Amino acid sequence: MSKREYERIPVSQQAHVVSKPKDLTAIGGMVSVQINEKKITVPLGTTILEACQLNQIHIPTLCHHPDLCIAGVCRVCVVEVEKMRTLQTACSFPITSPIKINTSTQMVRKARRHIIDLLLSEHYGECYSCFRNGNCELQNLAKEFGVDNYTFGHVKTQRYEVDSSSAAVIRDMNKCVLCKRCVRTCIDLQEVGVLEAVKRGHETHVGTFLDKPLAEVICINCGQCINRCPTSALRANDPSDEIWAAIDNPKKHVVIQTAPSPRAAIGEEFGKEAGKSFTGELNTALRRIGFDRVFDTNFTADLTIMEEGTELLTRLKKAIVEKDESVKLPQFTSCSPGWVKYIEHFYPEFLDYLSSAKSPQQMFGALIKTFYAQEAKIDPADIVTVALMPCAAKKFECNRPEMCDSGFKDVDYGLTTREMAKMIREAGIYLPEMPKSHFDDPFGDASGAGLIFGATGGVMEAALRTAYELVTGREVPFENLVIEPCRGFEGVKQASVKLENCVEQYKFLEGVDLKFVVAHGTANAKIVMEMLKKGELNDVHFVEIMACPGGCLGGGGQPIPTSNVIREKRAQAIYEEEASLPIRKSHENPHVNYVYEKFLTDGPCGKLSHKLLHTHYVKRGKYIS
Amino acid sequence: MIKTETLSKKRSGPVLFSEYKQGEGVKKALELGRENILFELKSSGLKGRGGAGFPTATKWMLTAASNSDKKFIVCNADEGEPGTFKDRVLLLEYPELVFDGMIIAGYTIGAKNGILYLRGEYEYMLKSLEDYLELLRMDNLLGENIFAGKDFTFDITIRLGSGAYVCGEETALIESLEGYRGEPRNRPPYPVNTGFLGHPTVVNNVETLASVPHILIKGGDWFRTHGTDKSTGSKLFSISGDCKKPGVYELPWGTSINELLNLVEAKNTKAVQVGGASGICLPKSQFNRVLGYEDAATGGSIMIFNESRNMLKILKNFMEFFVEESCGQCTPCRIGNIKLLEGVERIEKDDFTFSYINNLKELGRTMQAASKCGLGQSSPNSFISILDNFKDEIFGAKRKGEKNV
Ligand SMILES: Cc1cc2nc3c(=O)[nH]c(=O)nc-3n(C[C@H](O)[C@H](O)[C@H](O)COP(=O)(O)O)c2cc1C
Ligand code: SF4
Ligand code: SF4
Ligand code: SF4
Ligand code: SF4
Ligand code: FES
Repeated sequence: MSKREYERIPVSQQAHVVSKPKDLTAIGGMVSVQINEKKITVPLGTTILEACQLNQIHIPTLCHHPDLCIAGVCRVCVVEVEKMRTLQTACSFPITSPIKINTSTQMVRKARRHIIDLLLSEHYGECYSCFRNGNCELQNLAKEFGVDNYTFGHVKTQRYEVDSSSAAVIRDMNKCVLCKRCVRTCIDLQEVGVLEAVKRGHETHVGTFLDKPLAEVICINCGQCINRCPTSALRANDPSDEIWAAIDNPKKHVVIQTAPSPRAAIGEEFGKEAGKSFTGELNTALRRIGFDRVFDTNFTADLTIMEEGTELLTRLKKAIVEKDESVKLPQFTSCSPGWVKYIEHFYPEFLDYLSSAKSPQQMFGALIKTFYAQEAKIDPADIVTVALMPCAAKKFECNRPEMCDSGFKDVDYGLTTREMAKMIREAGIYLPEMPKSHFDDPFGDASGAGLIFGATGGVMEAALRTAYELVTGREVPFENLVIEPCRGFEGVKQASVKLENCVEQYKFLEGVDLKFVVAHGTANAKIVMEMLKKGELNDVHFVEIMACPGGCLGGGGQPIPTSNVIREKRAQAIYEEEASLPIRKSHENPHVNYVYEKFLTDGPCGKLSHKLLHTHYVKRGKYIS
Repeated sequence: MIKTETLSKKRSGPVLFSEYKQGEGVKKALELGRENILFELKSSGLKGRGGAGFPTATKWMLTAASNSDKKFIVCNADEGEPGTFKDRVLLLEYPELVFDGMIIAGYTIGAKNGILYLRGEYEYMLKSLEDYLELLRMDNLLGENIFAGKDFTFDITIRLGSGAYVCGEETALIESLEGYRGEPRNRPPYPVNTGFLGHPTVVNNVETLASVPHILIKGGDWFRTHGTDKSTGSKLFSISGDCKKPGVYELPWGTSINELLNLVEAKNTKAVQVGGASGICLPKSQFNRVLGYEDAATGGSIMIFNESRNMLKILKNFMEFFVEESCGQCTPCRIGNIKLLEGVERIEKDDFTFSYINNLKELGRTMQAASKCGLGQSSPNSFISILDNFKDEIFGAKRKGEKNV
């Protein structure tokens, strides 16, 4: 597959952009411009904003986002371009000829101030009672431009009802500045297309199909729109008050599992630069907050590898040895609930390709209320399980009716990184200064394989480490177990490993080129699904898909802001932490083996694990009644 | 078959309403060749009749110069500006001029496809226009290789607009043609480089295109003998309001408001709104001003108000129009217009201060400078001009003693 095949033009941008020249040394490849008093040269097609950023000239922005295509709607980035009648938006203006730009004239400052004032006049509520207080782009702009009284008034009543129908995403359009970042996220980045501007003029607002509640449309709960919203108009459905109530209730045994991605990002909530994990510190903080046990979701990530890997080998055997044509290959991962809902809506006819294994979060919930309850001799009715996740969709997932295999709600609450940080702050704890501590037994510290689940390609890498070794009896043939083709942020990755000298049990795989595909972001998932439809994945065995760009580390519950640079740093934090761990293969995790010995005694994909650790899916389709 | 003899038309005028035989302009164009067409057009000084007044020759040259294999010519027949109805007359009574203009444009810029974007409310003329195109096709004046030896293929399709004023803005029109929400695009890049489906596209007003055949036949120099130095040729004016003879008139640019009022027999005129809701409102003292790009510019709409009219009500009406018709994507226009309307309402209720009104005028200037498209850039025009030009009527007694309005 060449890279070109999956280049997309953002739907909401069409073709009206100026593309940069391929050869900068050609005549006209570079253009010289003057910004304020400074003369510089830039590649043809560079926007004024990009040119300014490269030269440390600050331009305020609101609708602009580095992950998204240009909108040019908020107008706060206006600058003066000499000889042009009107002000021009820096974010959208491509430099194609030698121009003179002025970024701070009286007219420019006045216009920006007016624009901010206008936005505030329609912005219901006050900052002190707002959860984005302190991390809000509108607030920052108001501060930056000294917009400190409402020149054009201030709305006193709510114009829109808050939509809290969704288990994952709450929409409060009274706080919306119509930057349309969410629209572009949902249409272009995720290619789901739930949100769009509707109506015209002053009635314009971001709405859903027929303005239906979010829970009734085809939202996949990925929460990517939240991460790009500059204000509090979008937020996750926050269960922290219920969690506090459980903690405060002495009868309740409150257990938390933490996923790898929040640990690699939560420092950002405390003012730390992206790129450092705070796993040990977080463990201590959680205990101080009052959680009775702190478990590592990576444990069930390891378990997922065992279950999903076994399932794959079983499918392969059926297909190759028994020539069973009803077996669906490639097998798709199922640990991203955003992706699961996406396929349920958009490709329901392909649900059989999904692994039946639950996500690590749900496996853990089921085990805590069965195995752990037994071991710890606690009535599962008194256990409250919380999952710290980078994800908004996990909130929806734990509320799915089929997720009660323990006889109780397997996971009571899904909590995002942002909400966790809020609870920590509320408890008066400054996370970065906490002493480090380990996870609690009986699940202990997990393997590095589970840890890298947080980055796109991680599940694949972890699965290959285990599957290859089970089949051949040898470690994967990659230096330091780093399976490079699984890493990096390319939208769709494809590679293979050859299985040779297989052990007796897996002789049927001798000589097979184990092919795999990795994709992240549902726009890329769509490409993969279209390939599947066309039969282009017939020789592929395993596909990993994560709904969020970058994988879980770029999840919809992660700290705001997000960008490719930030996601890369989080990935680096995860890979660095994993390289330092003593155990880096799921099947070598002693706690996993302990659970199979003690509890899931008929092994991976056995009867009990099928009951507790596997699930089924719903054909939803994309037509809304 | 198309009648080639001159139809007897009841209208008369120096350019557009003068005699013309269907196909004549196209024949001339082919004789002239692309270079000479552009030369004549340039020397005619023709500027866009849709409102913005961009030199037509320049627009065509930019598109002709691009070596893209696909180009489009779009005729903007969205005619949405309040008080404008001159394109309707051209389409109903002079379709041969409009279509010949499109064919000439297609030939000159190298487009194979022409699109007529017809205002939704003009659906009633769709059938007759389609029939007309069918006749052209039967006469081999549209379609494959329409002029022997010239290797020129050209056809025209008609698309109906969906009823939003903003869809007359050329880039919103293109979005609408592509099937998206009618929202103006960022410019640059301009449609002449990246237009319909990303291809170089010329968008011209009906009247602009209809002027072209005449220019080619009689020459650019002849065209320039009408009008003024900066506003050459003649213009169709849609005149409405308080006068005896409203209607569509063809007059040379440079006609003064006074002359125009006499012509349509307007009495007791208090104000003339030039350029529709997005234009400016002139008081009696300025009726000596002349119509033209350099003075009182208009896409054709002239509304006459006599002494019995309430200027604040007129202004309120305009502002309500913009509040509703803004596409709603950019801040200055979406929220700015509602603030200006609020201002009008507060003046109505006598609940305002002059500093507040001055703030709103300043806001209007920001909207003119910072809005994304012509709608937001021109919507404050009537607010500012009516409040400035009709101070006495609007602020009346309250103004006495206060000087800073
Ligand atoms: C809000 C808005 C509405 C417009 N409506 C029309 C219209 O109805 N008809 C038209 O010809 N031009 C309209 N225009 C002007 C067009 O954007 C464009 O300038 C024109 O079609 C170019 O043609 P011309 O150069 O022949 O005038 C409108 C502009 C704006 C900003
Ligand atoms: S969204 Fe931002 S500006 Fe609005 S109330 Fe919250 S913090 Fe303040
Ligand atoms: S959560 Fe995801 S699918 Fe739902 S509206 Fe937001 S971006 Fe779209
Ligand atoms: S909801 Fe947020 S991201 Fe979406 S348009 Fe409103 S402010 Fe922008
Ligand atoms: S100025 Fe008004 S009509 Fe034009 S893009 Fe902005 S909101 Fe839309
Ligand atoms: S940041 Fe440029 S218009 Fe919004």
